[in-house]
Amino acid sequence: MAVIQVQRKPLSLAERTYLPQIFGGMMTTIKYFFRPPETLQYPEERPAIPPGYRGVPTLVKDPHGREKCVSCQLCEFVCPPKAIRITPGSVAPGLGIDNVEKAPQAFDIDMLRCIYCGLCEEVCPEEAIFLKNQYSMSGYSRAEMVNHKDRLYEMGGTLPDKHFKWEAKKAAELDAGGSH
Amino acid sequence: MFDFFFRLPVVVQGVVKGLAVILFIFPVAAACSMAERKVCAWIQRRPGPNRTIPPMLVGIPGMGILQRLGLFQLAADGGKFFFKEEPMPNHVHRFYFVLAPFVAMIPALTTVTVVPFGAYLDPAGRVIPIMLANVDIGILAVFAVASLGIYSLILAGWASNSKYPFLGGVRASAQLISYELSMTLSVLPVFLWVNEPGSSGSLSLARVVEFQSRAGFWGGSWFLFTMPVSAFIFIIALFAETNRQPFDMPESEADLVGGFHTEYGAFKWSLFFVAEYSNMLVGSGVFCLLFLGGWNPLPWLPLSRLLEGLHHLSGSALWLNPLVAGVVSICIFVAKVLLSIFFFMWVRWTVPRFRYDQVMRIGWRLLLPLSIANLLAYTVGIYFLQG
Repeated sequence: MAVIQVQRKPLSLAERTYLPQIFGGMMTTIKYFFRPPETLQYPEERPAIPPGYRGVPTLVKDPHGREKCVSCQLCEFVCPPKAIRITPGSVAPGLGIDNVEKAPQAFDIDMLRCIYCGLCEEVCPEEAIFLKNQYSMSGYSRAEMVNHKDRLYEMGGTLPDKHFKWEAKKAAELDAGGSH
Repeated sequence: MFDFFFRLPVVVQGVVKGLAVILFIFPVAAACSMAERKVCAWIQRRPGPNRTIPPMLVGIPGMGILQRLGLFQLAADGGKFFFKEEPMPNHVHRFYFVLAPFVAMIPALTTVTVVPFGAYLDPAGRVIPIMLANVDIGILAVFAVASLGIYSLILAGWASNSKYPFLGGVRASAQLISYELSMTLSVLPVFLWVNEPGSSGSLSLARVVEFQSRAGFWGGSWFLFTMPVSAFIFIIALFAETNRQPFDMPESEADLVGGFHTEYGAFKWSLFFVAEYSNMLVGSGVFCLLFLGGWNPLPWLPLSRLLEGLHHLSGSALWLNPLVAGVVSICIFVAKVLLSIFFFMWVRWTVPRFRYDQVMRIGWRLLLPLSIANLLAYTVGIYFLQG
């Protein structure tokens, strides 16, 4: 194999005095001196959140305004830091959510434990839990940093549903004459 | 109309003039610390301190600009230094520990006395410099008093009775001694040239400016153009003498925590800070006088010519009024000084720090031989030019 001898050049006199380099550096800094700032004035200006951002986990309702969570507790069990605590309950009749059998009686996410990994969103069979755009959480006590069910729904709001899983299921049930 | 001032006893006149100068330098030196933060921020493309504003001033038009320039932040910082608790560690030598910041302030404010900062034309058309004491020792007094400032660093380092301040003090003394030599040698050619044969000898800085205001090509050109090497050595030594980056060995926060002021806090610490900036102001002032033509607005355009030109153009004798001429010349000089302060900051936020051994090598093995060679070359040149 051919060997290519790379010549190691000694520093020239100009390079040894550092002066051309210092001058070049000063030209660079003065160029930046006259440019507008690169920074955001944070509380007033907010950064643009890219799609797919994993912010604070929230619970969402379906387009009919019904709870989507059926308290299967998969998210509670998959949660690596054990931040989610669900107390399952049965659905009270007459509330319009009799399409499902169970709903969470209490749904707490401890934001001091949450690591924003998004596994809860990934595992949810009902697409009921989403990590949305909120990135700053603050509170005066530990208790305040636990998001209860009402706040989770307030933050989550309603998300458009692509599948209408339970409606499809009911229609299929009616088609098949009461059984599926 | 200023007769009452000149009828006052000389001592009172001196005190009034001295106070006026100190009342200018002190706030400007403090404002330089804010300018430093702003320049740093703009070079790094940040807005810098721009939030602080007293609640009662919110909404007044024009205050927003001051707020964005961080002027209220400056006032808040100053107030904080004034009112916060003065920490005094148990292991320090109390008397010298308290003494050191004052020793730092005294030479910083004393050197101004022999620095002329403006000029006016007397009825005969001669240029009279405005300064506190027009003494012949001029530059010698600046060098002598300015190097006293080193005692405060040594004193602070020693009185702190702890290892990092001590190392900072040792480095400070080594650095100052090393660069003092090159600095003095670099200005000698200027005074060789200024003190022509046949004239009475003087080391006064006003004399140097007078020389740079003469007519003709050689007379009107600033010493920056005729002695670039001297100017170069002087400005580098000035960086080292004022402990500025890239020569901030005494402080070197990376390896010595805070250097000589590690154990200091609150008002005493801020005195060191203001003293450093006062030194910078006076040092830049001396540089402007020696190499940038002092109060002359442009090379080959001395102040007297500018004022007479304005007088002819506008037709009013106002421009020859000593007060107007004085204010114009002081503004020109202060603008030059502030520009060179900006140059200091620009360099600081561009160049990384030298290592201690590099500082010593540059001082002794590069600058000193260069300044000696420069002195010899100019001595021979001036001999043939004037002899």
